Amino acid sequence: MQSFHPAFSQYDWQEISARIEAATPMAVQQALSKRKKSLDDFLVLLAPAAQAFLEPMAQLAQQLTQKRFGKTIQMYAPMYLSNECQNICTYCGFSLDNKIKRKTLNSVEIMQEAMALKSMGIDHILLVSGEANKTVGVDYFLKAIRLLRPHFAHISIEVQPLATEEYIQLQQVGVHSILVYQETYHREVYRQYHPKGKKSNFDFRLETPDRIGAAGLHKIGMGVLLGLEDWRVDSFFNALHIDYLQRTYWQTKYSVSFPRLRPAEGIIAPNFIMEDRDLLQLICAYRIWNEDLELSISTRESEQFRNHIIPIGVTSMSAASKTNPGGYTVDPASLEQFETSDERSMETIKAIIRKAGYDPVMKDWDTIF
Amino acid sequence: MNPLSIAGKTFASRLFLGTGKFGNLAQMSAAIRESGSGLVTMALKRLSISTASEDDFLQALNLPGVDLLPNTSGARNAAEAVLAAQLAREALETNWVKLEIHPDPRYLLPDPIETLKATEALSKLGFVVMPYIHADPVLCKRLEDAGTAVVMPLGAPIGSNKGLRTLDFLEIIIEQSKVPVVVDAGIGAPSDAAKAMEIGADAVLVNTAIAVAKDPIGMSEAFKEAVIAGRKAFESGLGATYSGAIASSPLTSFLLD
Repeated sequence: MQSFHPAFSQYDWQEISARIEAATPMAVQQALSKRKKSLDDFLVLLAPAAQAFLEPMAQLAQQLTQKRFGKTIQMYAPMYLSNECQNICTYCGFSLDNKIKRKTLNSVEIMQEAMALKSMGIDHILLVSGEANKTVGVDYFLKAIRLLRPHFAHISIEVQPLATEEYIQLQQVGVHSILVYQETYHREVYRQYHPKGKKSNFDFRLETPDRIGAAGLHKIGMGVLLGLEDWRVDSFFNALHIDYLQRTYWQTKYSVSFPRLRPAEGIIAPNFIMEDRDLLQLICAYRIWNEDLELSISTRESEQFRNHIIPIGVTSMSAASKTNPGGYTVDPASLEQFETSDERSMETIKAIIRKAGYDPVMKDWDTIF
Repeated sequence: MNPLSIAGKTFASRLFLGTGKFGNLAQMSAAIRESGSGLVTMALKRLSISTASEDDFLQALNLPGVDLLPNTSGARNAAEAVLAAQLAREALETNWVKLEIHPDPRYLLPDPIETLKATEALSKLGFVVMPYIHADPVLCKRLEDAGTAVVMPLGAPIGSNKGLRTLDFLEIIIEQSKVPVVVDAGIGAPSDAAKAMEIGADAVLVNTAIAVAKDPIGMSEAFKEAVIAGRKAFESGLGATYSGAIASSPLTSFLLD
């Protein structure tokens, strides 16, 4: 199997950090005026020096996004299947050491949640779980997807890293895309945040997108958890990863999400604070570097930020999300992964998107593919 | 202006439109009406096939004099495209299909091998096949043999607005073709559309340049006029251009001695 490791090991965290800090306004201008942007240009656009160019970056990001994706925003919603988890992740509400009653949806409950989402007009869903391989393993997912498949045009999943053969099975029952975030590309910091459980294996997680790519999935969702480490350096590594994947699994699409750490039951405050202007810079940098990436914004973000980011660079948004299993109708009080910030209804979000001159798209895939 | 005929159907306008990327459905409908187009393509994946009668997107495309051309965007191989075409035929009651097979999600470049296979299969199944392809003159002849209704070579990568980067190959295709040639993809400005018509293309298909314009309706009108102007120029016989002056003492003057 091909692996991201050789490319990854050529880069040193401190060295990247130093290069980002050292980027000059002149280098930013040069990067912005290039016709094809490289990873080096992305690095420069992440730099503190690029903050002075935020307005021209946003203008360029808007143009590029409209050219490639038009004036459309794809709508989706997550469905949390389970909050059982054998990992300790010190930032997550589902962490094993968080002594709160756990919940895994059964078939009847999955369908109840599905119907609640359907009644909101949702046709693209994202299935989410913790990592509990015995009770919520690949067999559970296959069963859930077979149930949901006839009702949704597009199914994505965000669950524990799996084996290539398991990804092939998921693809065969109709999963279109798989999201897996490295959380942080800083090996030592990763170990501190993930002290126990299967997730503590940094390298196994790092090679997960390779396994998904090898299995031939249509789309891979990438990201880092913003707040664990320096977002600039972590985002450079995430882009490096995407660059490698695009060259290797060229038939696959890539999306990037921007999870900023949110308050959750039993967690400590983030180490690194990312301001709204930083997140805006990051979104613009991704778009300017790579015109084809789907960029997604969840309800972790504030109403104010989501209202204004619509015409700049994002291509998909969730709305009215619940981050706990059964959250829509079956068991609204179960343990949630994190507190959402934007709690407005799907209809409200659609109205805001329309007001911005964009079309909220509910369906842009079909079960036949 | 001579009307265009494809598979026995006559089109007054030689401008076809795509329906993606518009900011709202009302704008899309208005732009289509303004364009005078009689054929618009839409992705099957955007439609709710099971509830087609209530689909907002289809409602917005229910315009007098405008035929629907479902496309197979999303298909990565011939088998998926054939299935998509069959579903579209059932749902929309049309045997016309714009064949799009792009395994590459970045530049959406068409796969020539799968496209040829799918064209063969679909024309045997009675479809009017309109394949999106590279500006490859040999592939065009192979598609003719496979029963294609038209060929739709690209001017530049889809959505790029770069114009007729494949001009030399489009000219060869137009010269050789026995089926209508529709230039698809890359047409960014009305002048690009006019140029395609001037070199003898039978029609053009435009989407991004109209949908993403500040005023899609105004841009739609601009394209409509450019296509008419280009076609009229072609039919009227454009003057040939000479790259150099004619020598005052031509080499052949000895014949007059």
